[in-house]
Amino acid sequence: MSGNGASSSSLNMISGEDVVNNNLTALVVDDSPLLRLLHDIHLKKYGLKVQVAENGKVAVDLFHLGASFDLVLMDKEMPVMNGVEATKELRAMGVTSMIVGVTSKDGPGEQQAFMEAGLDYCFEKPLTPEIISILLEELNKHNKKD
Amino acid sequence: MEVGQMQRRLVDYTKSLFMEGFLDAQFLQLQQLQDESNPDFVVEVVSLFFDDSEKLLNDLTMALDQPNVDFKKVDAHVHQLKGSSSSIGAQRVKNACIAFRSFCEEQNIDATLRCLQQVKQEYYLVKNKLETMLRLEQQIVAAGGSIPMIELGF
Repeated sequence: MSGNGASSSSLNMISGEDVVNNNLTALVVDDSPLLRLLHDIHLKKYGLKVQVAENGKVAVDLFHLGASFDLVLMDKEMPVMNGVEATKELRAMGVTSMIVGVTSKDGPGEQQAFMEAGLDYCFEKPLTPEIISILLEELNKHNKKD
Repeated sequence: MEVGQMQRRLVDYTKSLFMEGFLDAQFLQLQQLQDESNPDFVVEVVSLFFDDSEKLLNDLTMALDQPNVDFKKVDAHVHQLKGSSSSIGAQRVKNACIAFRSFCEEQNIDATLRCLQQVKQEYYLVKNKLETMLRLEQQIVAAGGSIPMIELGF
């Protein structure tokens, strides 16, 4: 799967299917402890192994140290290094993880600018169970192709 | 009070929070994430929301008390508060933040001060409601009962 700004609308809507996968790893990048906990528990319910990072720099440093994740949930507005900068750096490093932006519902340009940084998808926070299921289906399909 | 009565009281109280717009469906999603492996999840998330919100409201009060208000900073705080209130389903707080942000954009000091009061009011109301609800839950568990699931079919 290419990591270069696929539109959120290009996802196949597969509903009503539980996706529980014990092999996938995820990194939740958000400066809000509340959002980190929420997404952490959400993803763990689906059997993912989850790590958290409080800003984009911590996330980028993890990858520099050799960590890898199947899925990165990237908040947009963060101190030290925001989601746009972190996404650009990760793609420049050659990271091919699925990077999903999570934003507050604001101006129409907000999601577009974030997508152009190199996201695969961008959704309003917090992610719903339906969206997480869809993302995991896409991840599983991608892993089967490899 | 016997457990069944306490459970009915909790269901009625929780439903009223949805009817009055204090909470929206996002809160139900939080409750659905709570299980035996995360038995205190809702309390943890709600506690984080309280801590987060009180810090942000203090920051907002200070930011709007400056002789030259930095509206970008004010907006950033409101943005965060909107995010966290939205994440736990505190609908009225979220809506108050949306209005607040539009006045930040206009750099309207009087309107933003009024919005701050409105957000504080909504926050303290929902905090009170959530604390009451969680106390009712604790009483049920202490009496050996289980927390009934709420369904939004009303």
